[in-house]
Formats: sequence, C-alpha cells, structure tokens
Amino acid sequence: MTPRMLTATALTALTLLAAPIARTPAWAETLRVRIDYLAQTLPPQRVLSRLMERPRNEGLAGARLGIADNATTGGFLGHDYVLTDHVAAPEEDLAALAAPLVAAPGRIVVLNLPADAVDMILALPGADDDLFLNAGAIDDRLRGADCAVNLLHTAPSRRMLADALMQFLVLRRWDRLMLVQGPRPQDAVWADALRDGAARYGLRIDHERAWLEDADLRRNATQEVPVLTQARAYDAVLVADEDRDFGQFLEFNTWLPRPVLGSAGLRSTGFAPVLEQWGALQLHARFAEDTGRAMDAGDYATWLAVRAVGEAVTRTGDSSAAGVRAYLLGDAFALAGFKGRPQSFRGWNGQMRQPIPLVHAEAVVAMPPLAGFLHPQTELDTLGVDAPASECPNPPGVAP
Amino acid sequence: MMNAQIKRSLLAIGALLAMTLPAAADRIYVSNEKDHTVSVIDAETMEVVRSIQVGLRPRAITLSKDYRHLIVAASDSDQVEVYDIATENLVRILPSGDDPEQFALHPNNKWLYVANEDDALATVVDVQSGEVVAEINVGVEPEGVAVSHDGALAVITSETTNMVHWIDTSAQALVANTLVDQRPRDAAFTRDDTALWVTSEIGGTVAVMDVATRETTHTIGFDIPGVSPDLIQPVGIKLTDDDRWAFVALGPANHVAVIDRETLRPVRYIQAGRRVWHLAFNADQSMIYSTNGLSGDVTAIDVAAQRAVKTVKVGRFPWGAAVLPAARIPRGE
Repeated sequence: MTPRMLTATALTALTLLAAPIARTPAWAETLRVRIDYLAQTLPPQRVLSRLMERPRNEGLAGARLGIADNATTGGFLGHDYVLTDHVAAPEEDLAALAAPLVAAPGRIVVLNLPADAVDMILALPGADDDLFLNAGAIDDRLRGADCAVNLLHTAPSRRMLADALMQFLVLRRWDRLMLVQGPRPQDAVWADALRDGAARYGLRIDHERAWLEDADLRRNATQEVPVLTQARAYDAVLVADEDRDFGQFLEFNTWLPRPVLGSAGLRSTGFAPVLEQWGALQLHARFAEDTGRAMDAGDYATWLAVRAVGEAVTRTGDSSAAGVRAYLLGDAFALAGFKGRPQSFRGWNGQMRQPIPLVHAEAVVAMPPLAGFLHPQTELDTLGVDAPASECPNPPGVAP
Repeated sequence: MMNAQIKRSLLAIGALLAMTLPAAADRIYVSNEKDHTVSVIDAETMEVVRSIQVGLRPRAITLSKDYRHLIVAASDSDQVEVYDIATENLVRILPSGDDPEQFALHPNNKWLYVANEDDALATVVDVQSGEVVAEINVGVEPEGVAVSHDGALAVITSETTNMVHWIDTSAQALVANTLVDQRPRDAAFTRDDTALWVTSEIGGTVAVMDVATRETTHTIGFDIPGVSPDLIQPVGIKLTDDDRWAFVALGPANHVAVIDRETLRPVRYIQAGRRVWHLAFNADQSMIYSTNGLSGDVTAIDVAAQRAVKTVKVGRFPWGAAVLPAARIPRGE
C-alpha cells in the first residue's frame, strides 16, 4: 500500500467520524484524556562551552505545548486533555517514582529517559497494559533486540541520524572520511552507528582518532587539533561527541581544510531552531511564547508524542491506551510534524518515520531523505532499520 | 482535429483583437513573503513593472469588491494594510490581531475574515470603518479562509487542529466544526454555495464537502508519475464559475492539478515553479496564475488549454496573487 492509499482509507473513516461532530453543536459528555510524562533530570553536564548546556525544562516544555495544542482541538470535540508530569531529581529513585504510575491500568506514558531506564520501566509490574512513547532514548537496541509491543519511539534512532548524514556525504561525494571519537560511553555507540552507516553507503573511514579529555580547547584548539587530524587525505571529518563537549573546536582547525559532520559542524537531528519552512516557524513561535526559546530536538520528540496521542483520540474518540496504540499503528495515522512530510509509525519496530534535518548553527543544509535514495514504500524508510532487516522480536504492529 | 483548428483560428482572431484594443492589460499583484514587497506584473507582457514596499512578511492579498483597494496581510507587522489602487499608497491600516496570514472578503465589501495564525483566532474586521467586528476562537494555526458567494457562511481551516470551522456571518459565531485530513490549507465554495472544497497539505487530498450537512462527500487524491506521493501537498485551490474545473496547487510536487468537477478526478498536472503555493484567476477566468515560493516566480496558466504559458521571476517567496482587470485600472495611467 502506498501512503497515498493509506490516506484514502483514513478519509473514509474520517467522513464517518465527521458527521456526528458537525451535527452536535453542544457536547453532552466530556472525554477525559490523561497523558503521563515521566523523566529524570540529568546530572549537571560537563561541557567545555556553556552554549552547549541544555535547557533544564527540555522535554517537559515540548510535552506541555503538545497538550495545549491537543486541548484546543479537544475544546471543539469535548475532549479534555491532562498532562501529569513525574520528573525525578538526578539522585532520586526513578523505579519508586514510576512504580505506582506503571501499575495503574492502561496508562499512556511519554518517556524522556535514557535507554537503561526505559528497560527498567518496561520491566515494572503492570507495564504490559500501558502504552509508552519513547521521546528521549535514541538507542537502536530499543528498536531492535530490546523492543516491546507497547513501546513506540518519536525520537529518531542513532541509525536514522547516521543514515541522514551518509546520504548527504554520498550526495557530495565526500567518500573518504576521518572519524574522531570522544571518550564517553555514548560516543562509542554513536561512532559505531557512523561506522555502520559509512559501510552501508559505501563510504570509507580511512582514519580514526580518539579524543582525549584533558585539554581546554577554548584556549589551544589551534595547536592541538591540526596535529590530531593530521593525515594525507580525507574529504570530511566525522565527530562522535554526543554531549557536544569538544566537537565544535574541530571546525576550522583540522589539518586539511575539510568540513566537520556528526556531533558538530553539520549535525543530523530530529528538530532544530533553524527550521523555518513547512510551518516550523509557527511551532517555534508558539513554543517561544511559553519558554522564551526556540524548539530543539528534545522538546520536539515529546511534543510529537503528545500530539500523536491527541491525533488518535481526535480521530477515534477513544482515549484508552489500547485504542490509541491501535490507531497509531494503523494505516490511517499520519501526523503533520512541520518537516514537510506526513509522519507515521513503523509497525516492525514502533519507530516514527520522519525527515531528519541536517543543520548547522545558522541554517538547514539539507532535509534527508534526499532525492535519489529510493524505497518501494516511502523514501522516509531509507532512514533507519527497514522491515526486512529488523531484529525486533516483538513488533508493535504487523510488518508490511 | 477540426476543433483544434477552430480553436487556433479563434485564438488568432483574439490576438488580432487584442492588438487593436487599448494597451491596458490585466495587472497581477503578488505578495513576496521574504522581501516585504508586492510585485506588480503586466499580464499582457508578463513582466514585472514595479514593486510596492509593504509591511513585513506580506502573505494574503486581495482586491476590494469595487477594485479600488488592494488589501495585504503584513503578517510580521501584525496588521492588514489597505492600498489605493490609483496611487498605490498605503491609505489605511486595519487592526487584524496578531500574525494575520490568510483572509477573505465578504461580498458586502466590508467584513474581512482574517486567520490569526499564532493565536488560534479569527478576526472579523470592517475594512471601511477599520473596526474589529468580532473575534472568534478557532483551532490551532488557522489558515484557509473562504466566504460563501451569498455571504451567509465563512469558513476557517485550522492546520494543527485539522478542522473546518463554519461561521454564521449574521451572528459572527461558530456553528459547526468538521474534521478533515491533516493540515487543511485552503478552501473554496462552489458558485452556487452548495459545496466547499478543502485542501489538506499533509493528507495530500482535497475534500469535497456538502455545505448543508457539513460532511465530506468525496475525497480526491493525486498521483504524479515520478513524484513521491508524500511530496504531493495540496495548498491553494480555485474553482471555475462554470463548474467544470478545480485548480489545485500541489506545493513541493511543483505542479498544479486540474480536477474535472464532473468525475471528481484529476485530469492533468501542469508543471509550474518550485513549491506552488496559491492561485488567482483573472476576471473572465481564462487565465490562472500560480505563485511558486521556492523558485520565486509566478506561472501563467491558460485555463482552456490547461497548460503553462509563461513564468516570470518576482520577489523572494511569492505567497499569493490578485488580479486587477484591465477595465478597472484607473484612467490616466
């Protein structure tokens, strides 16, 4: 089925739904829709530049805007949306905080947590009848071996972020690469995703360098980086530095005058303040009204999760976890996510398919999937693990 | 064959007649979203003759019913501006509410229905007195606006709420809300006001709605060979008064679709510029003009022949267009 055919099916259902709404000027009953938000505040980050510190309300602010958007629509339909937030302090026992919530029957929970915490939540008693939307962890294992039938993902996976970069490298024919890897554990995981991506797209990583965390790069990047990146030839430098600690200091300091991509320079991300097209300007404006800042990827993923639930309830009038889950994984679901293409969930691993902007600090450079990377169903599925390669043993939906 | 010959002869005669008439041609006004200007195009030569400096981020653009004024939504100036056609001077600033994007003028030539994109609000402003007549709460990101030809109904579409909001113009109040496909962008009433056509950008469809029941009766999809289905994103829509055709701008698909209103199927896809946004007819509906945002140009399409005739470069990110008939251009120019 093509996405266009799916939409036709959606509209048949819609036409049926539209009738009672149009005929009912006063709404007799109110449908209560509860969405829970579960997060843990990160311990203070160690980054060299204060510009890279992340906002303290990242995630929650996006979820709140999602609820406000849902509530406006709900106002016309008699749907009353409530966001209940549970944010653990860095040292707090997350399991103790989450247990009663998870134990309650049929909850819809947006998770803004690292992958290990997601595992722990899914293993709590009573989790099976809840619906979880992962907006924080980008780890591929949660979409692969450690997937769950009741776990959907609005945050793009590392694999998707890597694929987006590789498409651009192929487009530009920058096919001989250097990889600089940071010392933190997640840097190794991201570096692996970049290595796998390069192999899939036929690019060569000829040189690898390990970053050592013992210099103040604000002062001596000009001395250290050229030496580190010394090599006879490379077209571009990939940097794996997920906390954005040092990557930006590589730019303009590499031995050869070459672009930097990955965690600095040209970054692949779910969303960014520089997005203006496709109505994104409006989303930033609404978000800034409450927060005083533009929306970034962390808030976008939670906004998407809450909006997806809202869309399901709007179209079905069913606010149960089972009903929402069924609609989100069905053919009819499509969300306008301000990135120019309808976004929906992949049945084989619960990942939301979405364009991945490639951005630098001041502009959008490209918007993968790029033209020329083809797919029989939708070009969006050139980003991330496709159905035939999926290693998820308990797919949330039925694979096509 | 015969038909085509007759058509050619008629076109030739038409061309001869045109040469004998006075030089005045239709005038096309185009709002340039990123240049804060309105381009003025001579429809005969398809050349930009001048540009008018307007408020910030001009988007919706229309002419008053008496063709004496040009009305422009200056979104980032948070105002609607009224220009005198004869002098092209700004003569009035209307209180429009925040971020006015689209609007439609009531047949009484007074009430302007304005979608306030950032405020989930529709403002009704009297263009003659400058007074705000009403403010109506609608869904998130109101966008498309249309007023029925008999003036009884106005509709606003909301992009994030995905609804058509029906407003009774005598009470200036909402009477119904109908869900449609994702991201409804534009709406148009048929000449007899029995049906409303609504485009859904992310849904990729056009809904034909029965005005009496406010239900969707048909959904029209599109299929352009070689264009990814999710890039077919209907935005601007215009219906011919003879009930034969609907023209739909398909955004990043870079085409304008022509729908046969009898069979409700697209019969032709006309290549235009990049990101085709909105459309405007000339007075006798023999021509329709598309604004192409990314390529920064306007394409003239021959309605009868259903093909693009010429494309002209305008300012940056042209958004909307309005056509002043040659006969209405003030004398002395």
